[in-house]
Amino acid sequence: MAINTQTAGPVYSDAVVRQFAVAAVLWGIVGMFVGVTVAAQLAFPELTNGISWLSYGRLRPLHTNAVIFAFGGCALFATSYHVVQRTCQTRLFAPALAQFTFWGWQLVILLAAITLPLGFTTGKEYAELEWPIDILIAVVWVSYAIVFFGTVGIRKVSHIYVGNWFFGAFILAVALLHIVNSAEIPVSLTKSYSAYAGVQDAMVQWWYGHNAVGFFLTAGFLGMMYYYIPKQAGRPVYSYRLSIVHFWALIFTYMWAGPHHLHYTALPDWTQSVGMIFSLVLLAPSWGGMINGIMTLSGAWNKLRDDPILKFLIVSLSFYGMSTFEGPMMSIKTVNALSHYTDWTVGHVHSGALGWVGLVSIGSLYHLIPRMFGRKQMYSVRAIELHFWLATIGIVLYIAAMWIAGVMQGLMWRATNPDGTLVYSFVESVKANYPFYVIRLGGGVMYLSGMFLMAWNTVMTMRVGKTDPVAIPPVAAHA
Amino acid sequence: MDILFLLIPLSIVLVFLIIVVFAWALKSGQFDDIEREGERMLRTDPDELDSSQPRR
Repeated sequence: MAINTQTAGPVYSDAVVRQFAVAAVLWGIVGMFVGVTVAAQLAFPELTNGISWLSYGRLRPLHTNAVIFAFGGCALFATSYHVVQRTCQTRLFAPALAQFTFWGWQLVILLAAITLPLGFTTGKEYAELEWPIDILIAVVWVSYAIVFFGTVGIRKVSHIYVGNWFFGAFILAVALLHIVNSAEIPVSLTKSYSAYAGVQDAMVQWWYGHNAVGFFLTAGFLGMMYYYIPKQAGRPVYSYRLSIVHFWALIFTYMWAGPHHLHYTALPDWTQSVGMIFSLVLLAPSWGGMINGIMTLSGAWNKLRDDPILKFLIVSLSFYGMSTFEGPMMSIKTVNALSHYTDWTVGHVHSGALGWVGLVSIGSLYHLIPRMFGRKQMYSVRAIELHFWLATIGIVLYIAAMWIAGVMQGLMWRATNPDGTLVYSFVESVKANYPFYVIRLGGGVMYLSGMFLMAWNTVMTMRVGKTDPVAIPPVAAHA
Repeated sequence: MDILFLLIPLSIVLVFLIIVVFAWALKSGQFDDIEREGERMLRTDPDELDSSQPRR
């Protein structure tokens, strides 16, 4: 790509970034509130009094869809649109199409919030939405790809910053995963059957499911990490070379981790082993990336003491490192024999979701939101500090409770008497879990209350801020 | 496991596509001066760099 010098006085397309950033905060509260509700239902099953559309089975997919696709999705849209413009030093390609992705995505979220409690579901985890919504998602996603790659195409800087590679891989992979996994045959407007059957469907489902973890919940947020940590720290990433190795190693090795979700099922044994081996391989690029991000602060650790946004970002990487260690360990078949179907899995998912995805998004949004409203900082920095401690202590309570509950469940389920009969009935393991479900609820409430604090801080920042267009700085001469 | 006849070829095609993109990036000079590129993102947006946090 040719390197052009600045001509007129163009400005960045920040309106859509602003919209997605504020929407992320809003949907974070909604999704986490539903999460706290389902956590309360597990401890107190009669909570919603048997009302069908408030039952656990319908609210749980609403929770996962809201936090992953509404909160996480809006955070990814906001940050990717911001990062790609700033690092390419150009405005968005097709800003009107970017506006369409915003309203289209909000419509998807709204339709999910209506159809899931009404019980319309495909029954595929993290892909529950019925076929008309699936089509809308595909249209919005293709538009997103056009805007993102179009912007990379009209870049004024010849080098494509590493964060954009991660965002680009995330966008392309999610498009492929969504289209393959959502292949379904409609029988009415609200009901469809998967194009695959039995164990084939299970394999496609977890090929989708785990790669959604890898590309939606990892690659996209790594794109965020590689921009906002250096920006917030005011230092370049520890090793830019390592960040490029991280990217290529991750995308080359990710695609076959899915079968570890199907250990000890009808899936052929060798396929399970392939899934386990690829999961173990993933430890290397994941830890390379984590160390690279954290070492960005090497020689400037004092910033971690003073800056709550850096605390969010660096602690998110510690949780990334922890869950990318825990995940490969749990994918080992013998460990999985203990952990599968227990709350250990739930704890693992939430150390990744609350710890990595949640904290890196919140930290990035705290960096982004004031800049989108013409300010250097959020309205209250002390509120960010308080939010950090609420969130971190909430996560620790949550995952510690689920570790204990999960290992206990696994041990109780497998315990046998000398004559081969089971020592415990299932309901005894449920009863033993009660205190840990209550502790988990407490952790969730703390995390949610931090989000309310963030919403207040965001509103106050918007009230004192202004939304003047930001001029695109001229491109410095390139060697 | 007929589904593997879809998923495995799909993975192989993807790996080849990734190799092609990587080769393009290599040939077009994306990785020619990479440590400098890591610093450039801090300089390009002077209005966004918090001046109270000087770089090394």
